Amino acid sequence: MSFFGSATFFMVMGLLFLPAIGLGVMGRSLRGYRTAASVLVIGLVLWPSKLQLLWLAGFYILEFLLVKVYLKLRLAQGDERKTAVYRLFLVLCVLPLFLSKLSETSWGPSLSLFQFLGISYLTFRAAQMIIEIYDGIIKEVRWLDFTDFLLLFSTFSCGPIDRSRRYMEDGNQVYTRAAYLELLGDGLLKILIGVIYKFILAALCNKGVVFFEDPQSFLEYAGYSYCYGVYMFFDFAGYSAMAIGAGYVLGIKVPENFNKPFISIDMKDFWNRWHMTLSFWFRDFLFSRFMMLAIKEKWFSSRLTGASIGFIVNMLVMGAWHGFALHYILYGLYHGLLLALTEIYQKKSKFYKKHKKETWYKRVSWFVTLNMVMFGFLLFSGALI
Amino acid sequence: MEEKVLNLLEEICEDDAVRDDMEINLFEEDLLDSLAFTELLVAIEEQFGIVISPSEVERKDVETPAKIIKLIQARS
Repeated sequence: MSFFGSATFFMVMGLLFLPAIGLGVMGRSLRGYRTAASVLVIGLVLWPSKLQLLWLAGFYILEFLLVKVYLKLRLAQGDERKTAVYRLFLVLCVLPLFLSKLSETSWGPSLSLFQFLGISYLTFRAAQMIIEIYDGIIKEVRWLDFTDFLLLFSTFSCGPIDRSRRYMEDGNQVYTRAAYLELLGDGLLKILIGVIYKFILAALCNKGVVFFEDPQSFLEYAGYSYCYGVYMFFDFAGYSAMAIGAGYVLGIKVPENFNKPFISIDMKDFWNRWHMTLSFWFRDFLFSRFMMLAIKEKWFSSRLTGASIGFIVNMLVMGAWHGFALHYILYGLYHGLLLALTEIYQKKSKFYKKHKKETWYKRVSWFVTLNMVMFGFLLFSGALI
Repeated sequence: MEEKVLNLLEEICEDDAVRDDMEINLFEEDLLDSLAFTELLVAIEEQFGIVISPSEVERKDVETPAKIIKLIQARS
């Protein structure tokens, strides 16, 4: 059984939905049931590999302790927040993910630390809490809320990446019957759309990927990257839609992950439409903070230089988050460079400022963007390098 | 205070359109992007002593000059 990948999973999920729907329709709280259902599903999926379950348990306890201890320290600091303490906790929070990614490489030390499904996505959630505790906008963390947020089963292995304050507001809400029924309807529709995307459309596109496998000529490479890119979209957007829909049924309005990425007219637009919860996470917790620090400390002579370096650093980390393999790093570097160049072009070019609102310009820009995006997928697929 | 914020916005957005229309949508009109937004946060911290973290406010809470002024008023 795997998440959204087998008939057994859908049967188990369907069965677990029934009591949730019952509670929702009766206007009762879903929180306790939802958390128990999540633990059960994760347990069932990971059961064949007990080692993964153990790593997950260790990770969960470690992250919970880090959040609780740091919250206590931070509250005691009041307005005099200590950056060094914060950085220590943030490093400890991300360390398991780092060790896990290091263990996956062929060149690194032969470790097999924190090898369990979902660690990449879980780390975002825990790290976001540490960061917002430092910001002073999280002032309380309850055990059940933390568990509910960290382990929601539908988003456990591949996101979308929710935010704790938003999640807990949903999580603690008790819906009226009418509000729940609307949520339920939306949720079931999203699951259906997800099934069509992932099991029909992505499966069709995958035939194209297989057809162009091992490309030799330019045209074959083009065919491969287009098929792979569209396949990636339907596969991942489909998965996300199912995860979001299941969240709705359980009372959580999980944020959207895709918004018609292939109509993007520039690279910045693309990252506001593709894997949105990931790119917004990086925007809010890495890019913005890096830029604020750079501006305050006057690291760079011009704002454009600062921004360019900010984009490259941001996307490099994003690439490395997928894994420490060379093609992921190159993928990140590629997108970082593209964003930096976009920024410079849009700020400096008179041509751009003059024509950006004209239809012909938008069409050309769209076409160029689409091809740059597809080349990015080619890098990402590992077929090139 | 209002004047100070408008000066800031004018400088960061590089456009005096922010003065003419307090309800102009800064993100939709390409006046503010994530980069300019961080500059705005730093400037608010330096000039008003109000710390707003990037994930604290949603885009829709700061999309117009009027909303930004309201946010600063609420915090000071």
